[in-house]
Amino acid sequence: MSDLDVDALLGNPDIRIVVCCGSGGVGKTTTAAALGVRAAEVHGRRTVVLTIDPARRLAQSLGLVELDNTPRAVPEAAGELHAMMLDMKRTFDDVVLAHTDAKRAEEIFANPFYQAMSSTFAGTQEYMAMEKLGHLRARDEWDLIIVDTPPSRSALDFLDAPARLSRFLDGRMLRLLIAPARAGGRSVFSLVTASFSLFAKLMERVLGGQLISDLSGFVGALDNMFGGFRDRAEETYRILQAPETAFLVVAAPEPDAVREADYFAGRLAEERMPLAGLVVNRVHEVYAPDIPAGEALAAADAVEADDPVAAGALRVHARLVAQVDREQAVTLRFREAHPSVPVATVAAQPADVHDIDGLRKIGTALSADPVNLY
Amino acid sequence: MTRWPARLHVVTGKGGTGKTTVAAALALALASQGRRTLLMEVEGRQGIAQLFDRDPLPYQERPIAVGWPGTRAEGAGEVYALAVDAEEALLEYLDMFYKLGRAGRALRKFGAIDFATTVAPGVRDVLLTGKMKEAVTRTVEGRRAYDAVVIDAPPTGRIGRFLNVTAETARLAKMGPIKTQSEGVQAVLRSPVTSVHVVTLLEEMPVQETADAIMELRALDLRVGSIIINAAQPDLLPTAKITQAEVRRGLVAAGLPADKGTVAGLVAESRAYLTRRQLEEGLRAELAALGRPMMALPALAGGVDLAGLHRLAGILLGGPDE
Repeated sequence: MSDLDVDALLGNPDIRIVVCCGSGGVGKTTTAAALGVRAAEVHGRRTVVLTIDPARRLAQSLGLVELDNTPRAVPEAAGELHAMMLDMKRTFDDVVLAHTDAKRAEEIFANPFYQAMSSTFAGTQEYMAMEKLGHLRARDEWDLIIVDTPPSRSALDFLDAPARLSRFLDGRMLRLLIAPARAGGRSVFSLVTASFSLFAKLMERVLGGQLISDLSGFVGALDNMFGGFRDRAEETYRILQAPETAFLVVAAPEPDAVREADYFAGRLAEERMPLAGLVVNRVHEVYAPDIPAGEALAAADAVEADDPVAAGALRVHARLVAQVDREQAVTLRFREAHPSVPVATVAAQPADVHDIDGLRKIGTALSADPVNLY
Repeated sequence: MTRWPARLHVVTGKGGTGKTTVAAALALALASQGRRTLLMEVEGRQGIAQLFDRDPLPYQERPIAVGWPGTRAEGAGEVYALAVDAEEALLEYLDMFYKLGRAGRALRKFGAIDFATTVAPGVRDVLLTGKMKEAVTRTVEGRRAYDAVVIDAPPTGRIGRFLNVTAETARLAKMGPIKTQSEGVQAVLRSPVTSVHVVTLLEEMPVQETADAIMELRALDLRVGSIIINAAQPDLLPTAKITQAEVRRGLVAAGLPADKGTVAGLVAESRAYLTRRQLEEGLRAELAALGRPMMALPALAGGVDLAGLHRLAGILLGGPDE
């Protein structure tokens, strides 16, 4: 069983993109930032970290004070490290501007549907993260791009967003909505074929005429961009499949997080996307391995009256041993399901990381021999 | 006063804080008060089925557990579970309001369902919140179908948007059926019927997000219920400082190995515990400053099972420390 060699990955000049995925609350952003610091400082690679929604203090440690969608140099890191926070709406606006003239863009920006969709539509964040990644890669200014994926309800949303968009673009619904706009604003459903008529009546009844004409105006205005949207989504998808990209699945040693990691590993295999390894964060470690949990608890009860502090220390120890056993069992289950996926572990930090030095330590831990693994 | 007086309990929290577990425990607690309770998940993750060790739930309300003391004869209410699927909810909605019946299923062929549930702005959330309102206001033969509804809701990062989406659609749809429906949902969500509880861990990010979410919910005029601290650590060490001598003495007294490595190891473990503990106290104070009732649930060693959920439910019935 091989274990994940993070330094080999970060130091490999053929690897241009590292995508960190996993469910929410597992330290994904911290992992992405720590990998970025290590790639820049230890491997001398010109690196950019694309974060989606970092904790405030972590963002500050990277010198990110505002969401401005532009990579900024991280002042405290040696080497060339840049970081940026994704601004979903601005990315969407940029896509629109890139595909249409200024006047058309103004119309689109003013449409209430565009305003709602660009900032609230579930899935926009995933799509825009892909879009931004494609954009950064196309500029070819960085040796390595490290992407932190959005904190989705499921790690899979990141992969599903482009397919969903494509399915929509190919759908008849879209053509139906576009038809009137193409015909120069005649009555919304006047041009649709007979086979649509029942459906059209239904839509008018359900949505109301005003809503349909706003919607149709929105879709019509975007019409000439959809091809471009799809091409870019597909292009980014191809980049994700290429050998220059490495996926790291990030998890905490807990059943839910590992189950998500398991789904994700299976899904990446289906998509023929290169999974480089699993990073297990917040792994606990026992420092007094000679005392089993049961004996520690019995001894705690026995010495409680005379040595309350020692009794407490023994209870802390017993609890830790049980926790480590559970963590190992859950990690082992993943390893058995995916024997070819290498694993790296990071010991739990007593306090949260919010400076470059903390990120350096995490990077070192990531590259060290795994702890606590059978 | 009845504990948990609201009828629609929306349970949110940062991802990974155990929202689903807390929602399920709360549903059991309400059932133990004799209330017929619906536990509803809206994120399509089948978390409830996993928690109760069942096959994935269909889009259908099914009894999944009974409140304490475990039988309806003794006055406990039942917990029903429902995993809401946005597509099915849309078809149901169309059927209910437009009497489409099976004809509505033809919409799928046109890609209308894909469009409505994934691409059109927030339609998915409109449907899900609409279903919440429907469940809490439904009557059967003149009586309420459920005394209480508990929602395993989207995480803190999206909860404000989720609960407020119908305000947004009411704005987009200037008139017509969608506007009427949206306003009806808003009325329920902003009434005393509804209470939004936030689950957190004593960790920095979840606490920060709890504070952000409560501010956002208040700004949207939504009622914040309790803050529920999940997986709270027990207080194991009656000291703030620990020395090797104390530990060695205890080990010797208990007849355990007391070599240098073991003593140092135990002290290191205890110091890490104390550091963590101190950090947690600071975070607890930050939460207290938010001015909501707070309660703490213990971590369930060895995972969550039905017995564990009942234990958490019992603690929830003890009520928030005011």
